[in-house]
Amino acid sequence: MSTPSTGQEILNTASKLRWDVGSNIHDSLMEALYADAARIADKAVTRAGEQPRFDLDRTIDRLVTSRWAGFPIMLGLLALVMWLTIAGANVPSSLLASLLLDQVHPALRNVAAVLHFPWWLSGLLIDGMYLAMAWVVSVMLPPMAIFFPLFTLAEDFGYLPRVAFNLDRFFKKAGAHGKQALTMSMGYGCNAAGVVSARVIDSPRERLIAIIPTNFAICNGRWPTQILIATIFIGSLAAPHWAGLVSAAAVVGIVLMGIGFTFLVSWVLSRTWLKGEASAFSLELPPYRPPRILQTIYTSLIDRTLIVLWRAVIFAVPAGAVIWLISNIKVGQPSVAEHLIQWFDPVALFIGLNGVILLAYIIAIPANEIVIPTVLMLTVLNTKMAGLGSGAGVMFELDSIDATANVLRAGGWTVLTGVNLMIFSLLHNPCSTTIYTIYKETRSAKWTTVATLMPVALGILVCFLVAQLWRAL
Amino acid sequence: MSSTHATECATCPAYRIANLTKLGVDMANHDFVVGLAGNPNTGKSTVFNSLTGLRQHTGNWPGKTVSRAEGAFSYEGKRYKIVDLPGTYSLLSTSTDEEIARDFLLFGQPDVTVIVVDASRLERNLNLALQVLEITDRVVLCLNLMDETRRRGLQVDDRSLARDLGVPVVPTSARQGEGIPALLSTLADVANGRIVCRPHRLKSEPAGLKRAVEQLTGQLLAAFPGLPNARWVALRLLEGDPRIVEAVQTGELSNLAGRVTPDGSRALNIIQEAV
Repeated sequence: MSTPSTGQEILNTASKLRWDVGSNIHDSLMEALYADAARIADKAVTRAGEQPRFDLDRTIDRLVTSRWAGFPIMLGLLALVMWLTIAGANVPSSLLASLLLDQVHPALRNVAAVLHFPWWLSGLLIDGMYLAMAWVVSVMLPPMAIFFPLFTLAEDFGYLPRVAFNLDRFFKKAGAHGKQALTMSMGYGCNAAGVVSARVIDSPRERLIAIIPTNFAICNGRWPTQILIATIFIGSLAAPHWAGLVSAAAVVGIVLMGIGFTFLVSWVLSRTWLKGEASAFSLELPPYRPPRILQTIYTSLIDRTLIVLWRAVIFAVPAGAVIWLISNIKVGQPSVAEHLIQWFDPVALFIGLNGVILLAYIIAIPANEIVIPTVLMLTVLNTKMAGLGSGAGVMFELDSIDATANVLRAGGWTVLTGVNLMIFSLLHNPCSTTIYTIYKETRSAKWTTVATLMPVALGILVCFLVAQLWRAL
Repeated sequence: MSSTHATECATCPAYRIANLTKLGVDMANHDFVVGLAGNPNTGKSTVFNSLTGLRQHTGNWPGKTVSRAEGAFSYEGKRYKIVDLPGTYSLLSTSTDEEIARDFLLFGQPDVTVIVVDASRLERNLNLALQVLEITDRVVLCLNLMDETRRRGLQVDDRSLARDLGVPVVPTSARQGEGIPALLSTLADVANGRIVCRPHRLKSEPAGLKRAVEQLTGQLLAAFPGLPNARWVALRLLEGDPRIVEAVQTGELSNLAGRVTPDGSRALNIIQEAV
């Protein structure tokens, strides 16, 4: 067994010998290694006949990474994926809603009545917890079941490194690491995964720059919000046959805005608190591989869609209970929820949102997935809509996007509210899982706080500016 | 089943793959530890999935795996724990993912290391393979992506490679499941000592360096008796690698030297605490 002194002696010998062997030992070792590798590989590999004249990989690469076509192709693909998701999710969404909300929910209430549940128990379990879960499933499952396989197919094909290649010069200009494009892409699936993937970046400075703006990539939990609100408020402004495309364009706009903020925040950080030069790196453009379609669909459904959905359900069930409770516990005449909404309203309306949205974001800190269900429920509660739902705190039956739109409009929502909700959904604090992951990866309370609060501050600022501009026009 | 039956069947390829039980994450009581190393985007995670039956997410871009994924399988009655390491181009750099891979190979002391290489980019992939061979003895080279290699009009002579590298070489196309049975049986042969590797080591080093390395290696072995890859540690010390300097200073290396259990579990735990 060693004692510290022998360890120190060895190190002393090493530093003494280092003078003898000279400083180019690293280079000479690497040269020897490379020479051996080249010799062995050369002996083993033979080229059978001529290289095929038409190299498909090269041709595709020239197109998708070219200066003029690279970006339009990227945007076009993104818009196509969005449009397929929006257009495809509508019908299964309303089918699921009518099954879970119109059929199963009344059935459950009947069972509770037969078993003589007290009103608060059936309220908490069925009107709170069950409905929150049913809502999450019907709103989230269809878009995810379409979006994830499409995204995974693009990933399997080998498109992501090309995106990184295209974005590299922007990240370099922002003083950040080019691989940040990859961590950002991961963030579009899940922000926490994006934060972890920043490990591919060597320098701690650049890793921090990559981690802090991860939140500006819209994650799984926020895609449905973006898609739904874009469909209701932006798509409806256009003629019906254009509605799908216009909504898709609005979502793409939000994505671009997120990328813009990623660059902006990286740029500011690399010029202020995290000064330094961008380091060089080599990015391998892997060969295009024909995606294994069935396997991809299977794994992205099982691994991504169901896992994300499960997480959403787990968070939605207690949130449903909270919503039901704050809607039914009364302080004076109004409920706790109504007090809170009224309390938030002045500030919220000033920045073009409303109290319901702010309260929903607070309830939904554990998971962004449940923002929309919470917003809808609180809206009905606050506007005391008659005929919808069957009591305070019930997430009522809305079996189509039109019905959702009607509720929101009745709640005083305008196009401005919709636009600002989309912006606020992009620019607000990361979910609790992501915050915890940031802490685990950076081991810094300071930077975790920055990464948490900076997006909220930006969100409030941008919403305020948009509201001012909107009202001025 | 009678024993004569078993010996007859054991030579049949169908029997051997049938001996594979994918254990998923059930890693209890393993007999051997297997490490999966290689350059980024060579299909390590795909090999990992086809052996364990897990569905570690794979993606066609370098850097997909940034932390270790672990799984298990059982083959011919022996239980294997397999660790999917992040892809790296070298074992010298300092980024977190490369350090995870290197620390595992050095301190985790896997019983077998499978180096997954992209057969169509052999030369660059061998740079890493040779570095791994400097650290560890028991290695199987998995010559992956053979389908792409053939499509690109290249032929790779796996026997010439095996001769030059001194370790068994198995051509595979993991995405199609091609060559996985052969990989398994070779892996088992190396783990059980039925195949003994004589890995390629760098020879062409200057005389002055050689003397320095020998002196330092002697001192290291005196301080840490039984230290495997002492030569490699000596080289790293001469280059002033901070992680290795730290391991000498704190006596962490003695954990490696004093290790008696054949399954690497003790050393593994040390790494797990460190990560």
